[in-house]
Amino acid sequence: MDAFVLQILNGLDKGGSYALIALGLTLIFGTLGVVNFAHGALFMLGAFCAVTLKKILTISKQVKDESITFFDAFKEVPYLEIWFGETGAAIIDYAVPLSILLAIPVMLLVGLAMERGLIRFFYKRTHAEQILVTFGLAIVLQEIVKAFFGANPVPMPPPDLLTGSADIGAAIGLGDSVIYPWWRLTYLLFAGIIITAVFCFLQFTTFGMVVRAGMQDRETVGLLGINIERRFTIVFGIAAVVSGLAGVMYTPIVPPDYHLGMDFLVLSFVVVVVGGMGSLGGAVAAGFLLGILQSFASMNEVKEILPGIDQIIIFLVAVVILLVRPRGLMGRKGVMES
Amino acid sequence: MITATPRKDLLLMGIFTFAVLTMPIWLAPIGASYPDLLQRFAIFGIFAIGFNILFGLTGYLSFGHAAFLGVGSYTAVWSFKLLSMSVVPAVIFGVITSGLFAVVIGYISLRRSGIYFSILTLAFAQMSYNLAYSVLTPITNGETGLQLSLNDPRTLDSLVGVAATDGIPPTNFFGIEMSGYSGFYFCAILMIIGFYISMRIFRSPFGMMLRAVKSNSNRMSYTGLNMRPYTLTAFVISGMYAGLAGSLMAVTDPLAGAERMQWTASGEVVLMTILGGVGTLIGPVIGAGVIKYFENIFSAINENVLHGIFNFLPDFLEDGVVAILSLFVGEGWHLTLGMLFMLIVVFLPGGIVEGFSRIYARFRNKNNSTDGKADPIGSAKVQPGE
Repeated sequence: MDAFVLQILNGLDKGGSYALIALGLTLIFGTLGVVNFAHGALFMLGAFCAVTLKKILTISKQVKDESITFFDAFKEVPYLEIWFGETGAAIIDYAVPLSILLAIPVMLLVGLAMERGLIRFFYKRTHAEQILVTFGLAIVLQEIVKAFFGANPVPMPPPDLLTGSADIGAAIGLGDSVIYPWWRLTYLLFAGIIITAVFCFLQFTTFGMVVRAGMQDRETVGLLGINIERRFTIVFGIAAVVSGLAGVMYTPIVPPDYHLGMDFLVLSFVVVVVGGMGSLGGAVAAGFLLGILQSFASMNEVKEILPGIDQIIIFLVAVVILLVRPRGLMGRKGVMES
Repeated sequence: MITATPRKDLLLMGIFTFAVLTMPIWLAPIGASYPDLLQRFAIFGIFAIGFNILFGLTGYLSFGHAAFLGVGSYTAVWSFKLLSMSVVPAVIFGVITSGLFAVVIGYISLRRSGIYFSILTLAFAQMSYNLAYSVLTPITNGETGLQLSLNDPRTLDSLVGVAATDGIPPTNFFGIEMSGYSGFYFCAILMIIGFYISMRIFRSPFGMMLRAVKSNSNRMSYTGLNMRPYTLTAFVISGMYAGLAGSLMAVTDPLAGAERMQWTASGEVVLMTILGGVGTLIGPVIGAGVIKYFENIFSAINENVLHGIFNFLPDFLEDGVVAILSLFVGEGWHLTLGMLFMLIVVFLPGGIVEGFSRIYARFRNKNNSTDGKADPIGSAKVQPGE
């Protein structure tokens, strides 16, 4: 039972990240009808927003280390700490959550620039060409990041307050073995908030209503005198922000490096396909489902029966789903069916 | 549209054969005539030709062809280990095994089309890659990669009584060592054969059927045609080409690693085909050559070389130019590749061959010649960007 709960928990945070990326991807699919292979790169850019902010915050000055008296030793002290003391140190400690503030405008700009600069020329082209051009873009973005930040993963610790593990087992009356890192719990919560926010935005605002209408029937909305193109551009920006934020918050879980995006891209596409093209609910559900399945597959008991299953479970599920339910779990009729 | 005639095909074939076989000579001035690079030209040429049979003719974009490349490599190395250092069984088994893989993967993936097909093939390739790294380590030797060793059985060789040597014997083709130029010529001849087969397929009724599937699959199914056998055949053929390329990689350098199966490797062959010209005969070969060439040149350039080139500029300008350009060369070669990729897709969906035929058409119009028959490289087979 303990192991069972633990695996579900483990799956949830992975699933949270899948769900967030897939959400953005589906949003773009559903609205623009564009297959965006650069979406993983957006996730990666988000992660590197956090890295950048951390770098900026910790710009340091060499200060004489008073504790060593034998010789002149110097240590690096960030300016923030010199100027603001404790407050400065606290700000640095919270670099990752604070990066959200940086990531939102940056990712929005990136998204808008991408849509206006490149994607919009590809609405009428074939999916193959969309895949190819966004794949090229993904390589370019990834190489630019590599040029600036190097090829090695950058460790990004979570705030001190959230470094330990939560003893969930004790809290819900299971064994002590059920512990779970606070940060992953935070991530889960964060994913929940973002997903809810996106759904609320689409469901309860006029803007969201127009977008949903546009997803259903783009032409008619256009004929009603609504500039649907512009709305869709903004939707692209929002999708970029969503996956960017997913990337920011993911940095303490996996230290980001430049091919983080590519690693996630394939998985998130599989998630979207399993969930059903153009179905936001499906993408989220499939994200969590696949995350949990994956963590179950990596249990030792399962691996003993089916060796290697943890490596391929997601793809296996995708293949089965695609063959049995061609539209995915919750796919709408008529979306990308050719 | 210029129709292909047998005579023109023969001419094309002749020019192609001649060009490939004399590559060491005419590539010398641009510094590309050393065997290692030439071998890669030929191997990736084969890979791209095969990929083009699927993507160019049927329009099915597979993102998992690297899996067949990897399978071919592993099989070839195993053949070296277990059977013989002769390349003949290695190549044959490599092609057959990857063909079998292609039958299985193709049978499942081809149930869907469009983006779903791409995702399915991608999923299969990724599965093979992950498995090769983890559970299949006894077969693939995991991260280290599969290598030859001194105490491999090599049953056939010992049967025939090949004398045991001190080191690992080199791969050979009836006694000819498969390294350097002989290795290149072996690959080159196979590429020429592969090119010929692909030309026959392009001109055959079967090829016509595949093109019909590409241009309007709905109509094809309305006319009562079951497309699956045709597309599956194309898929298997192109998988076998990939397997051949993979086994040739093992022939020229007898080791196999899982990274050959990664999906970015599949992306590379897509790029080659697109760059050269999808659906054209000669395009993929050109694309493969151009990419491998520039990969080689660009990754060799470093900052010192750049400083040498821009020596004539004033110092501050020189530093600036070098700083910017160094992003694109050496380690940053992939950046150039990505940009090239985008530029090609945006501005020249038909690839280099289309570019040539455009230039050629303009040139012809200037001369007011109405001779619509002269077409040097079969470029008129360019299909308009689908």
